[in-house]
Amino acid sequence: MGNGTSLGRVRGLGSAHSGVHHWLLQRFTAIGNLLLVGWFAISLLLLPSLDYVAVTGWLARPVPATAMALLVISTFWHARLGLQVLVEDYVHEAGNKFAAITALNLAAFGGAAFGLFCVVRLALGGAA
Amino acid sequence: MFVSILHRVTGDGLALVGLAVLLWWLGALASGPAAYETFAAWMWADLGKLEWGGIAPIFASLVKIVLKLVMIGLSWAFFTHLSSGLRHFVLDIGAGFELDTNKAWSRASPVIGIILTAAFWALMLFF
Repeated sequence: MGNGTSLGRVRGLGSAHSGVHHWLLQRFTAIGNLLLVGWFAISLLLLPSLDYVAVTGWLARPVPATAMALLVISTFWHARLGLQVLVEDYVHEAGNKFAAITALNLAAFGGAAFGLFCVVRLALGGAA
Repeated sequence: MFVSILHRVTGDGLALVGLAVLLWWLGALASGPAAYETFAAWMWADLGKLEWGGIAPIFASLVKIVLKLVMIGLSWAFFTHLSSGLRHFVLDIGAGFELDTNKAWSRASPVIGIILTAAFWALMLFF
């Protein structure tokens, strides 16, 4: 690693003055996704059936409900970070970039909130 | 190069399409059996029971076939992104940059993704 001054490397900052935090969060959430989506895939294989009663009965239990809530948070966070890189790489005009990042933030927070609400409703028995 | 592009394409595909399907699935589960039936009828239709009489049923049936391919594609995208993502973790710690090693794992990672996808569906459908 020959890049940057010593002080810059200590601070973890390059010419953009930020990014290490983003880079680390992308990897923390990647580990979260590995564990949680892996759990989800194995659970889908182990469930006796994927009909409504079987799936809601499973997701209403405390551990699956917690894991699904964490899955929503981890995947949406990871997706928001990844799509941010996509926008930064391909949208160069400042106004368009601002609009794209704003839309991305709204969609990520809105989507995650909806997913969490659905899990809570299933777990706390509000669903029909 | 190819693995890097594949990592981005599968990741952004999962973010834009995969999370939308996940939200529809969770929303349908939280809304009740009728909503869940609607989700299942579109995203995982019984291909033997598709209707082909009339313009609208033909269009709906074609959409259902495409959506089934989307679901299989999402599973492939996940396992491929997982496989190339694990490769990134190894590269992040500074290992695996020797030319031979790097070339071997860049070729192996999309193959591992396909193998995991095939294994998942084999277990899902036949066990």
